Amino acid sequence: MSRSRKAHSWRPLKRTMNRTDLPGLYIHIPFCKSKCPYCDFYSVTETDRIEEWLQALLIESRYYRHDFGTFDSLYLGGGTPSLLHPRQIEKLITGLRDVFTFDDPAEVTMELNPDDVTRENLAFYRSLGVNRVSLGVQSFVEEEVRFLGRRHTSRQGVSAIEAIRETGFDEFSIDLMYGLPGQSIRTWGSILKEALSFSPAHLSCYQLTVEGDTLFSRMAKEEKLKLPEDSRQADLFVYTSEYLTGSGFIHYEVSNFAKGPETLSRHNVKYWQHTPYLGLGPSAHSLAGKKRWWNVRDVDQYLESIHGDHIPVGGFEDLSSSQMNLEKLLFGFRTMWGIDVRQIIPPPARETIRGLCDSGFVTCHDQNIIPTLKGYLFADKLPLMVS
Amino acid sequence: MKHIRNFSIIAHIDHGKSTLADRLIQYTHLVEDRQFRDQILDNMDIERERGITIKSQTVDLPYVDENGREYELNLIDTPGHVDFSYEVSRALASCEGVLLLIDAAQGVEAQTLGNLYAALEHNLVIIPVINKIDLPVADIERVKNEIDDELGLDPETAILCSAKEGIGIEEILKAIVERIPPPTGDAEKPLTALTFDAQYDSFRGTIVSCRVFDGTVKQGDTVRLMSQGTTYRVEEVGIFRLPREPQKELTAGMVGYIIAGIKTVSDIRIGDTITLDTYPALEQLPGFKDVKPVVFSSIYPIASDDYQSLFDALEKYKLNDASLVYQKDSSAALGQGFRCGYLGLLHLEIVQERLEREFDQSIIMTAPSVQYRFYLDDGTRLEVDNPLHYPDPGSIRSSEEPYIKASILIPERYVGVIMKLCMERRGVNSHMSYPTPGRVEVTFDLPLAEVIFDFYDKLKSLTQGYGSFDYEITDYRESSLAKLDILVNGEKVDALSILVHRDNARERAVRVCDKLRDEIPRQQFKIAIQGAIGGKIIARSTISAYRKDVTSKCYGGDISRKRKLLEKQKKGKKRMRMVGNVEIPQSAFLAALKTDDE
Ligand SMILES: Nc1nc2c(ncn2[C@@H]2O[C@H](COP(=O)(O)OP(=O)(O)OP(=O)(O)O)[C@@H](O)[C@H]2O)c(=O)[nH]1
Ligand code: SF4
Ligand SMILES: [Mg+2]
Repeated sequence: MSRSRKAHSWRPLKRTMNRTDLPGLYIHIPFCKSKCPYCDFYSVTETDRIEEWLQALLIESRYYRHDFGTFDSLYLGGGTPSLLHPRQIEKLITGLRDVFTFDDPAEVTMELNPDDVTRENLAFYRSLGVNRVSLGVQSFVEEEVRFLGRRHTSRQGVSAIEAIRETGFDEFSIDLMYGLPGQSIRTWGSILKEALSFSPAHLSCYQLTVEGDTLFSRMAKEEKLKLPEDSRQADLFVYTSEYLTGSGFIHYEVSNFAKGPETLSRHNVKYWQHTPYLGLGPSAHSLAGKKRWWNVRDVDQYLESIHGDHIPVGGFEDLSSSQMNLEKLLFGFRTMWGIDVRQIIPPPARETIRGLCDSGFVTCHDQNIIPTLKGYLFADKLPLMVS
Repeated sequence: MKHIRNFSIIAHIDHGKSTLADRLIQYTHLVEDRQFRDQILDNMDIERERGITIKSQTVDLPYVDENGREYELNLIDTPGHVDFSYEVSRALASCEGVLLLIDAAQGVEAQTLGNLYAALEHNLVIIPVINKIDLPVADIERVKNEIDDELGLDPETAILCSAKEGIGIEEILKAIVERIPPPTGDAEKPLTALTFDAQYDSFRGTIVSCRVFDGTVKQGDTVRLMSQGTTYRVEEVGIFRLPREPQKELTAGMVGYIIAGIKTVSDIRIGDTITLDTYPALEQLPGFKDVKPVVFSSIYPIASDDYQSLFDALEKYKLNDASLVYQKDSSAALGQGFRCGYLGLLHLEIVQERLEREFDQSIIMTAPSVQYRFYLDDGTRLEVDNPLHYPDPGSIRSSEEPYIKASILIPERYVGVIMKLCMERRGVNSHMSYPTPGRVEVTFDLPLAEVIFDFYDKLKSLTQGYGSFDYEITDYRESSLAKLDILVNGEKVDALSILVHRDNARERAVRVCDKLRDEIPRQQFKIAIQGAIGGKIIARSTISAYRKDVTSKCYGGDISRKRKLLEKQKKGKKRMRMVGNVEIPQSAFLAALKTDDE
């Protein structure tokens, strides 16, 4: 492990690295053509409700028009945003621009599914101000793509990337998934290599996990699906980081890599900094100050609320300072910004911090502790060791 | 005085004592129907949950016979479990007769015999009652044979009963009145009242249960506890209804209670005689044998700063359970705690559970031990019930461990497996007798240490529930002992040490190491667990490191859930104890106890 620790000892980057204090806006587009067996994002397949949803969403947006000031990021996520007709995307974006103020330039990201991608659509998105796209490729290996229940083929993944590049989107991100049953480091290595051949500005590499209420979780319970053991997962994780950082990427969050300081996902970074964000659409979460709330996770209930003229909020929490602390630790050990010890109250004991350094989980820089790669590997555990 | 009857219900565990008590209570309309609940005398939460009686309960039943004659029938429901057999002998001392229950399906079992002998020692009238005759598997003829052959009682005197269905209740009440003699005694003589129980009441102090043999006691009297010489002013006397009912006086022959400003249960010795200070008796009544703890284990607070709170909780607990003994203890791994002595493993479990639930303590309990004796070179004798006090092995000349006489009743077909079990447990000196055809009573001398853990469970499972077991501690015998130390990542964890018989040491060590491997959660580094005797490693196991503990996604919708999970884990962590850099959960400290492949 000592080898990887060295490979990862970057210096803390300047606070300005695509981190801003302005709020972000997230739109949850809860529609997919079919449900992928590993995915527990909220989405439904009744695409005939899109229009109704769109109307409702624009009504919802107006409830918040005075609350957030200027946004400097807009993120269209889901679900499958690219399932919307380009005209609907237009209606959505212009509608939001009517209601809210955006900084110029704002980061405007849209998630795409490879089988929806066409050059015309891409060009149209660009004309609407979309300047960053995130493509759900998952794998370049045909069997893997099929195992993951994706609608596209590996070939479609490749041609989608080519289309994106040709349309002039320099800032594109590719989503990949590793830790599939039986996946060897070699296979995964070849996938990463292929991804890099397209010079993406950003990569998200997710370990396949069995989540809540999904087909995979039911299969796992019946022992029809067995994911690799944690030592193999750890090997894959370390390999990913070493390979990508070796190719010049910044491993700025557990699953996220950026080609350079300016290509971090500005929007996603807000989630890890307690920067305010507003989430619209079913199941979307929002944060303002110490208050977090979330919308109902159900399209029908969502529509019903809006039609009944009340906000579709499903729950909220007022974060106590100890909860804020815990979240700071949670984020800190997952991201390259680490933890400013002075912001943790009560501050962790000096011996605890020294223990973390000595065990190679973090490096210490004055009042900052920055997770190493080994730290990332235990990011869910470390908050418990500190608090 | 003619119209009083004092009796206990005794039986093997689960034969239906408390259920029969229910029917008798209902028959005499002591509680209104809508206030009634099953096993009404089992009033502790833990009794109700486990469906067993832990403490004897006394209740006075007003009964009118067919001729209109009024009686006070004083019933004492007793526990059936061996750990609490002292409760039975105390109850018997205040009675003239007993109902001896026998489950019609199970027949005579080990404690049926044990309790019968105890009743015979007190010269009590015995009314055999065959209970649960409603069960489809009831075999009344067989049970009658057993009553004849194994108990030596006249089977014709047995009453058939179903406590559940209320069959035979009237006949039982009649038999109590007709067969059990009324108490004798002289109300004019100096007071002699035998204290057979005491309960703590936070408003009234100690409520002393007693049987008045001679004399009279009333409110305002000054009474003297004869063995201690302490005196108290009587605030109230009365009888046990549901609830208590004050009386003008208690006189010879009655069973009732005295409240006299006695602060704690420990201020009174059960078995002591109460007399009047101004008109004292000359002689005390024969009391009881002291109840001595049989198993010992230490209790530590999970968070070391909770020591004081644990101390307070134990003090409060003790108010109501004088049979628990404890003293300070301290361990290098776990800090300050207490060494406790219990009547048996069930008692230990009950103390643990009540401390956690009623007194809100998070505790670590160490492996139970018996009390060993060591004879040292300098001629001293050491009694050691705590592995931490194991003497320097070089100075030990000889050592001894306590033995029991076990009597086991089984159907003949199980003789082979039970013999094997007892031999494995170092049993010697076996005897067999055949009280009735097809049934065997096996007796064995066994080291107590071998039976306190899972012997009873093993016996039950090997005999499909047909076997039963009773024991008494007999003597100490020479035995070769050793201290088994457990090392976690090379560091000795003193609270995990146990004293073992040398011949069993390796096997025991292997099992403890394996059990710990299963109990201790994987951590980021490899954990080596070793069992050692005097520095020599005799067993080992390893817990492989887990190498990754991080979830992939953490976006807006995940954060709250993740934080809540962390909050939950933080709470769980409070149930762990750091030993060196290894987190050891509470349950691991009892791992030595769970030696079987459960
Ligand atoms: N079928 C049947 N079940 C009975 C009868 N009497 C008691 N039981 C059941 O036997 C079980 C034990 O009854 P208890 O009255 O608690 O037995 P106990 O002798 O007081 O038990 P301990 O106090 O723990 O020794 C319960 O499940 C009762 O419902 C009976 O006459 N018939
Ligand atoms: S992975 Fe994407 S496309 Fe598949 S179900 Fe989830 S949101 Fe829809
Ligand atoms: Mg009972």
